[in-house]
Amino acid sequence: MTLKEAAIVIDNLTKKFEDVTAVDGLSLTVEKGELFGLLGPNGAGKTTTINVLSGLLKPTTGSVSVGGYDVEKEPSEIKELIGVCPQDTAVFSYLTGRENIELFGNLHAMPKEKLKKKTDELLEKMSLVSDAKRRVGKYSGGMRRRINLIMALVHDPEIAFLDEPTVGMDPQSRRAVWDFIKELKKQSKTVILTTHYMEEAEELCDRVGIIDYGKLIALGAPEKLKAKFETKNLEEVFIQLTGRRIREEL
Amino acid sequence: MTREPATLFLIILFPVILTLAFGISFGAIGGTQSTTYQIGVINMDSAEPYQQWAQNFVGNLADTDILKIQDYSNNETAQADLIQGRVQAILLIPVDFGQSCNSFWNAPTDPSLWMNTTLQLYLDSGSMFATQAIPPIIEQVLAATVYGTQPISVPRPIQIGSPSLVQSSKLTAFDYMAPGIFAYAAIFLTMTVAQSFTTDRENGLLRRINTTPTTPSEFMTAQAISNMFTALIQVALVFAMAYLVGYRPSGDAASFALAFVIMSIFALCNVGFGLITATLAKSPGAATGIAFVFIMPQMFLGTFVGLALSPSAQAAGKFVPSYYVTDALTSLFLRGAPVSSPTILLDLSVVSICSVIALLLGILLFGKYGKT
Repeated sequence: MTLKEAAIVIDNLTKKFEDVTAVDGLSLTVEKGELFGLLGPNGAGKTTTINVLSGLLKPTTGSVSVGGYDVEKEPSEIKELIGVCPQDTAVFSYLTGRENIELFGNLHAMPKEKLKKKTDELLEKMSLVSDAKRRVGKYSGGMRRRINLIMALVHDPEIAFLDEPTVGMDPQSRRAVWDFIKELKKQSKTVILTTHYMEEAEELCDRVGIIDYGKLIALGAPEKLKAKFETKNLEEVFIQLTGRRIREEL
Repeated sequence: MTREPATLFLIILFPVILTLAFGISFGAIGGTQSTTYQIGVINMDSAEPYQQWAQNFVGNLADTDILKIQDYSNNETAQADLIQGRVQAILLIPVDFGQSCNSFWNAPTDPSLWMNTTLQLYLDSGSMFATQAIPPIIEQVLAATVYGTQPISVPRPIQIGSPSLVQSSKLTAFDYMAPGIFAYAAIFLTMTVAQSFTTDRENGLLRRINTTPTTPSEFMTAQAISNMFTALIQVALVFAMAYLVGYRPSGDAASFALAFVIMSIFALCNVGFGLITATLAKSPGAATGIAFVFIMPQMFLGTFVGLALSPSAQAAGKFVPSYYVTDALTSLFLRGAPVSSPTILLDLSVVSICSVIALLLGILLFGKYGKT
């Protein structure tokens, strides 16, 4: 299945949980092949937005389409197009790394040969070949996150939703994942990446949407935003807009 | 699920250990052995001229395979041993026993000439099997002693077939329990399914699977089938262990095939209960506790535990699916009933209906309320 239209379109999306408004009137468009960053502090509504795009949550109001398919009316078509890397590592601890990846490849009905080839390729890129036959329960945190990412991409989706993929990683592992995500862009994949790391957004994203308390407060290419607000980095853009740092000191 | 040590224990080791423990305790390893009962005899009729009757009677009792005779000289000692469970019964032969037998032989057709007497039989109230098995055996031996094995000379319209001693039951207590143990092992599937689903939900795996093209019905079907196979493996393990400890069920290939079918269907029932539990439980720990709501009634009312229950509790057992599984397996393996017998077909129908309802309800509830 391929994209009907080359876009993710979010139109005035609001998502409420009882008396909490997690996403408040969000509107944005992501073009095909774009690497779009959703930047904001914890609790800003990034993961909720991803969950709506993935079909896990229904919008309270507003409309969302992914690849031209409506998330409420055509969720099964969307699931054929997307790969989702959740914020928390969701892996089967008693399966090996390879088994976890192949399981999700099978859930996407990948042909056996293609699955094996893609699994080998991704394990190689993430430097997990030697650990592929060990149970994931024995992995370090960084290794688990890498497997978590591979499981989202093994079936070669057109659109990838990566929810804070580098949280808790050491700088070396983070760099490796950045290189991997850049390669996705070279393959013309559409990627929505959520992060609260400014440098990650600046390094990877074509455009960034800064979100706070469920609202989109800035949208544009990192360089253009920095130029507009006359700042050296996106952190300072956020401070100017909200008066707070993205990552408050505890 | 099957690589997690706790789950592996519940699925494989627990039924094996359970079967072995009960088989060793209540059965016989390596072959069948007769059950024997220790019975104390107080023979008050030892004086001339009719003492031979009592001696013959005691001798006939000793000749059975199932009774082991222990002589007592007085009732007080015998009763003391009975209370302590050293013997399962006390038989007190009255002083006029021989005289009574002789009066019958002299005038078998004229009861007015008989001298009536009573044998006192005291039974061990702590042994369900003794209270049921011993009295009919005593009756048979008494009849053989009084009437003899030769046809009596006075013609009569009713004949007693060649009095044969009650064939002592070759079945051990474990043989009676085994059908319930098969059901017992499968009941814990409720807990493993509930734990598995709540753990996957807690780890975000169910949510993750929900972002793939695999539909919930495909996922649930896969879970149901895999758990059904798990149950069949458990049944096979339990059967293998039971066979090792001497269990030799009646039945032909059709009986065994039907037994596996019933157990497969019963497994689906417990998968349904597991899904309902997973819907209610917020964590794997809570799932373990809530699962016992479904496990305990089935365990106590519908498996081998139910053998010792009161009549009212046994009636309550008819409301749990495991009762019908145990009943069907008992009919197949103990009574040797054919697979087409109405009782077995009824049991199969009830288990099937329960399974369909439980599984559908579990899938509906979990799909609506339990996935997140």
